[in-house]
Amino acid sequence: MGFLTFRGGVHPSEKKEMSQDQEIKVLKLPDTVYMYTSNHLGAPAKPIVEVGEKVKTGQKIAEASGFISANLHSPLTGEIVSIEKMVNAASGRKDDVIVIKKTSEDDWQLLPHNDDFTKFTSEEIINNIKEAGIVGLGGAMFPSHVKLMIPKGKKAETLIINAAECEPYITIDERMMLEKTDEIIKGIEILLYASGIEKAYIGIEENKSKAIKTMIEKTNGKNIEIKTLKTKYPQGAEKQLINAITSKEVPSGGLPIDIGVIVFNVSTTYAIYDAIINGKPLVERGASLTGEGVKKPGNFLYRIGTKVNELLENVGLIDEENIDRILYGGPMMGIPLPNIELPTFKGNNAITVLTKDILPKREDFPCIRCSSCVSVCPIGLQPYLLKKYSDTRNYDTALENGLMDCIECGSCSFICPSNIELAKSFKTAKKVVRAMKQRRG
Amino acid sequence: MKLNTAAAPHFRTKDSTRKVMSDVLIALTPAVIASTWIFGLRALYIMLLSMISAEVLDLIIVKYIRNKKNYKPDLSASVTGLLLGMNLSMAVTWYQILIGVLVAIVIGKHVYGGLGQNIFNPALVGRVFMIISFPTAMTTWVKPFYYQNISNTISLKSIDAYTGASALGIAGSEGFQNSLSQYSYWDMFIGKIPGSIGEVSALFLIIGFLFLALKGRIKLTVPLTYIGTVLIFSGIFYTINPEKYGTPLFHILAGGLILGALFMATDMVTSPMTKKGQFVYGLGMGIITMVIRYFGSYPEGVSFSILIMNALVPLIDIWAKPRIFGTSKKEVAK
Repeated sequence: MGFLTFRGGVHPSEKKEMSQDQEIKVLKLPDTVYMYTSNHLGAPAKPIVEVGEKVKTGQKIAEASGFISANLHSPLTGEIVSIEKMVNAASGRKDDVIVIKKTSEDDWQLLPHNDDFTKFTSEEIINNIKEAGIVGLGGAMFPSHVKLMIPKGKKAETLIINAAECEPYITIDERMMLEKTDEIIKGIEILLYASGIEKAYIGIEENKSKAIKTMIEKTNGKNIEIKTLKTKYPQGAEKQLINAITSKEVPSGGLPIDIGVIVFNVSTTYAIYDAIINGKPLVERGASLTGEGVKKPGNFLYRIGTKVNELLENVGLIDEENIDRILYGGPMMGIPLPNIELPTFKGNNAITVLTKDILPKREDFPCIRCSSCVSVCPIGLQPYLLKKYSDTRNYDTALENGLMDCIECGSCSFICPSNIELAKSFKTAKKVVRAMKQRRG
Repeated sequence: MKLNTAAAPHFRTKDSTRKVMSDVLIALTPAVIASTWIFGLRALYIMLLSMISAEVLDLIIVKYIRNKKNYKPDLSASVTGLLLGMNLSMAVTWYQILIGVLVAIVIGKHVYGGLGQNIFNPALVGRVFMIISFPTAMTTWVKPFYYQNISNTISLKSIDAYTGASALGIAGSEGFQNSLSQYSYWDMFIGKIPGSIGEVSALFLIIGFLFLALKGRIKLTVPLTYIGTVLIFSGIFYTINPEKYGTPLFHILAGGLILGALFMATDMVTSPMTKKGQFVYGLGMGIITMVIRYFGSYPEGVSFSILIMNALVPLIDIWAKPRIFGTSKKEVAK
């Protein structure tokens, strides 16, 4: 059967069976949460609470500062105990963190909500999404309301829901589709209503057959169509997903809206449902806690800001000597944690614990021009060449050869028989180029 | 708990350069066995001497000249050595082999910076050097199964009695019909003809190649366009004058095309990176091979065609770079 897909890509082992059949469990409230003010893409949120202040669950504790930024809400009913600096594993910087201690069970402070979302205007819905601090839960953490504010001269024509979930191990989106089907569909209807788009597509990889079946049944008669995608990494990368479903390409350096497309992760649509229908700001999310390093992998709903070590207590770690690394996210793009006592973010769709025995030590060899990296690059870059330019700081030539188009999916490093750190070089080079641009103004 | 913070991706294929090289060696094994069957133990001795001396020389250079003390062989030198050995005639002596290996490994490979850095296929650099330096030995071809008639299969003292011209050699000097009257297509296909040790058996080379192709180890476009171009080019000339130019099938089977196209031109290091580039590369080799065969003073053109196109690979790579996602107006616009 010809499933939809894009050019390039790789096939890492899927490892989904570990947590695929585990129903989502709601975890009990943590005693303390740690909320990064940089809990999203863009400018950090500005704290609007003081140490010692009492807060309710869902109460705004920090405000978006800038166009691309998002509000932050308290995941607990309790007291602000401190605002301190903590390492942010994603950036390597120390960022401000608001620490909240629980004093009682949830006493919610809700946003305006209505069972019938059409009682709101589209502007009101976009504003409520903004108020609720919703960001992309697939991992990128891009503020959701910004996607819905269509720039002048552009028109949104296609809504795509990203349920590809192409990273190995992670199964939370799949479980959400099976267990929160009606809520997700309602979330999509809210998005269609708010954006004025007529039809939505849900892209799901073929390895999630139950979810595909369920979604097809439940969307029958609605203007939502399920698109079955080939199981291939990085099928869930925004540009590749759009390409697979619409055969259009997002222009280099551009955004999906440039070709009339808006993309939301499937778990984000659930958060949007929860905000508009129930008035709940984004303070909890689902994630897979998985990997060979945990005893009982599973899917969980928990409060954002819970520390990783507390979350992992629910699944149990195997022999610590054999644990190699713990990741925010999956093995292909996941961010390795320097220590286990760091809090979770809005974007953590998984915590993956990898063991030494599944990561055998590999030998380094020189590049033999096998061309595997060129043939797997979904963007059509020449990683072997970009690596040479990046490492010799020949940034101008690297830019001419598409450095900034790299989506950092890591397919090139994955496939390289010589074990060359291609993706790592590009990430570093891109950071340097951005920093140089900023300095030049 | 000590956590590793190495960069993403945290998953890698279990593949390695050494595995790539050992797969090539495995793929060459059927042809090595066939050549030993056709030419006797001396053929095996030549191929093994070339292969082992190449690996040893490479090891010495990397460990003691490049100073990588904990280097473990990646088997790329064995591939070079074995391919060189397969490209030799039965008449070469042990010291000629060692000189060829020395040129292949030192000039063909390490002066450029070692594995992956060389522009030319090292085995062919060694071979062409030997053709120029030892022209007689390199073009003395023994007949298949000659060894059945002499007592000592390792020594070649009485070799003169068992030599014969290669199919391409006869075609070049006496015409293509004369060649076909001596060797049938079937003989050429299974390798019962005089020629370089490892190039004669198309059948067993193809068997090994299929193994590599199934494992996804080969830039398939290269052999397909190379052989395809020879087929079309010789087809056109055959249509013009069948007596003079010979059949396409003859040109595919008679010389070193199968060995060259399947195992030499496909050398990862010295061939282009994209399908588009590989297409042009194959096309160029096909044309050059046939031009040399038809109009050159030398009966065979495979080695030279590959080396000439090797030189063009850096240019081809620049010309044939892939289109970056979202950059062509035609495709981006709806």
